[in-house]
Amino acid sequence: MNTCDLVIIGGGPAGLAAAKSAYDAGVKDLLILERESSLGGILNQCIHNGFGLHTFKEELTGPEYAQRYIDLVEERNVPYKLDSTVININKDKVVTYVNEQDGLQKVQAKAVILACGCRERPRGGINIAGARAAGIFSAGTAQKLVNVDGLMPGREVVILGSGDIGLIMARRMTFEGAKVKAVVELMPYSSGLNRNIVQCLNDFNIPLKFSHTVVDIKAKDGRVSGVVIAAVDDKLKPVMESAEEIKCDTLLLSVGLLPENELAGYADVTLSPITSGAVVDDKMMTNVDGIFECGNVLHVHDLVDYVSEESEHAGLCAAEYIKKGASRNSQIDVKGTNGIRYVVPQKINKDDDFAPISLKMRVANVFKRVEVAVLLDGVKIAGKKKQIVTPGEMETIALGSEVVQKVKAGSTLEVTLLSGGQK
Amino acid sequence: MYDVLIIGGGVIGCSLARELARYDAKIVVAEKENDVATGTSKANSGIVHAGFDAKTGSNKAKYNVLGAGMFEELSKQLDFPYRKNGAFVLCFDKDDEPKLQDLLNQGVKNGVKDLRIVSGEEARRLEPNISKEVTAALYISTSGIVSPYEMTVAYAENAFVNGAEFLLEKEVTDIKQKDGVFEVTLNNEKVYAKSVVNCAGVYADVINNLVSKNKLEIISRKGEYCLLDKKCGGLTDATLFQLPTKMGKGILVAPTTHGNILVGPTADDIDNKSDVDTTYDGLNTAFDKASISVPGLNRRNIITQFAGLRAHCTQNDFVIGESDVKNFYNVAGIESPGLTSAPAIAVDMASKIAANLGFNKKQRFTETRKGIPHFALMSDSEREQLIKENCLYGKIVCRCENVTEGEIVDSINRPLGATDMDGVKRRTRAGMGRCQAGFCTPRVMEILARELGKDMTEITKNGKGSNLVVGRTK
Repeated sequence: MNTCDLVIIGGGPAGLAAAKSAYDAGVKDLLILERESSLGGILNQCIHNGFGLHTFKEELTGPEYAQRYIDLVEERNVPYKLDSTVININKDKVVTYVNEQDGLQKVQAKAVILACGCRERPRGGINIAGARAAGIFSAGTAQKLVNVDGLMPGREVVILGSGDIGLIMARRMTFEGAKVKAVVELMPYSSGLNRNIVQCLNDFNIPLKFSHTVVDIKAKDGRVSGVVIAAVDDKLKPVMESAEEIKCDTLLLSVGLLPENELAGYADVTLSPITSGAVVDDKMMTNVDGIFECGNVLHVHDLVDYVSEESEHAGLCAAEYIKKGASRNSQIDVKGTNGIRYVVPQKINKDDDFAPISLKMRVANVFKRVEVAVLLDGVKIAGKKKQIVTPGEMETIALGSEVVQKVKAGSTLEVTLLSGGQK
Repeated sequence: MYDVLIIGGGVIGCSLARELARYDAKIVVAEKENDVATGTSKANSGIVHAGFDAKTGSNKAKYNVLGAGMFEELSKQLDFPYRKNGAFVLCFDKDDEPKLQDLLNQGVKNGVKDLRIVSGEEARRLEPNISKEVTAALYISTSGIVSPYEMTVAYAENAFVNGAEFLLEKEVTDIKQKDGVFEVTLNNEKVYAKSVVNCAGVYADVINNLVSKNKLEIISRKGEYCLLDKKCGGLTDATLFQLPTKMGKGILVAPTTHGNILVGPTADDIDNKSDVDTTYDGLNTAFDKASISVPGLNRRNIITQFAGLRAHCTQNDFVIGESDVKNFYNVAGIESPGLTSAPAIAVDMASKIAANLGFNKKQRFTETRKGIPHFALMSDSEREQLIKENCLYGKIVCRCENVTEGEIVDSINRPLGATDMDGVKRRTRAGMGRCQAGFCTPRVMEILARELGKDMTEITKNGKGSNLVVGRTK
């Protein structure tokens, strides 16, 4: 069996950033396994701009952003294999992959970073009744067809869900001459970034209908011919009396992204029921020694810049693990309470290095004039006052060394919302 | 001139075509869709019923028990997924328990072996996720599960290689009898046959009524289903039926041969013979009723829903045999347990037709058919070997179900191969997983276009009008 210090599964933004930082931290025996025909992941189909403002202080398209990291990896001669799909990993870190040239290969790794991204929630996941005809796509599939294959999924479009890909695709389809008749959102708020609502819908007079959903799909001769939408009540149940049909030939779904963690499951990695990603500590390590997660496979990010940052950290930590092994002294749990839906990492190691820790979190609802506060044994040690927080925008709070030092074994660490921006 | 024209490419038509292909006769199947197994045969519970449920003495009871006994060998011959997983009929009320005994008695009369009544505790010991409300159950060890569309495709392929013709996208619009020969209009074209077998599913009344004086009425009884992610596969290994009560027939929870969990079907009589839309109420009913059997079902794990139409004949039994018109045969009203009965009906009908028309057995008949090798089901060493033989098996296209390019190419190029996305899906499982073709749609379209020499814009979901894309970008 081949051996390798570090195998990185996924050559998208997460895998590339992890590879770069692991290499720079001294791991020269590493391998990126990518299932698609090129590095870059989903960024390759995101031809709109808006990427890289944090990382590169300039606005790049998805492929441009990816290229920056591909260049960093190429410069370092980090080995990678394309068109190579990992079909199994076990808890002993044996990675099994297949491709056309090498056939089936097994690699014994010292450490593995799972950076395999997320997938879109399909129609079935939200039980939309109606015809099962051509013309129903998840927004990302439509994006691939339009941007990579140069194919038009339809001419008259309704989009369900106001996730970022749905919003971006509303604009993209409009540019290509399609008529986007409405974006329909179940919740009373959008799960996408505000800037996308402005730039992708408002600028093109595309109506956004909050608290509505699709209750039926009509079809004629094998193709979607319309969708029936209805308002929902405060329990999100459709009010059928309000139903109205919108004629269209296409329904795009942007109803949530799900971390793709089947491989993690094979390796006995514990998953969080909230994020659908692994439970990790501040070193981005899962419950299985030497298996790390970062990027959208861990939890869904809204900006790729944050993916890169998190993944560079994961690469560094994997390098450290390969050199020194695991340190799991007296882990403490990080809890999200009072409106905080989740916090990543979920655990913090009580280490001696007092390295700064970046806590990432999402709220469960829209809250106005609040403080996102970190409480250590009930005492506020960090906080961020916000005019508004929404589930669509991830919040980050950095804990500096001076704060991390205060964390004791047996401490409780909690991220919570305080009202009025006051303590 | 055909000897036998079979109308309908579902499991009934295809199995009959295969059994008739044993004889020295010219057999043809006319199917209005562009593939076999596109109607009820692809959208049902996939259960191989043991045979306790049908009224003793009925066609249903007879063919059910005979058919069920054939699956073990047939599934090996024709290489389709089948497994004997056992079943329970769950009873939720002490007062209803005598009905379990009635079912058992009926089963014994029908010739079903190995039936026994177990307590609620015993049922839960065997299937721990069964509801605590279950007071007793009938256990049927011989109940099985089958992949109904793969079974139909297997039959069709085997019929095809043994000389049966398949005319796809040919809808029967008229049948006339002239000089003892049937003139059958398929769209605008006329074909001639010495005999006609009506296997038209929910349309069997329409076909029958073109020819026979004895009018049939087939009611489309819609059944809606939800399919759950494979990660829920452990919820039950046996098929779980609910004891019919005054509240209705109940909903089943069953594993599929591929390891998903299927819940359904509802039962609603509808007017439209082509309406397989799912409905808001239907999906809720299916799920809520299934949760009575297995309270641990979670809606979040549903990956898709679908509906199928049972061809319910008002005579309440299978209508099988020669009609009042000589050489015009019906195999009509084939609702549950029709799938289980199909192999037995086919053998029986084929020998009757052969006797009536004086067919002789062929010298050479290929009894077996080899299916597409499924990468996902292989051991690592088998995979290694396969990729060495054909490197396309090293390229995974459907990441949820681990379907390789090799399998997809095979599904297109084999006899009666797939010509559209759904055809590929039924044969290989590409797109049947948890992302429901989100990632593999563009790739499968590309492979279909390449192998069929078509443009990407011509690729359809399921035949005419269902093009996936409407053109090229600007």
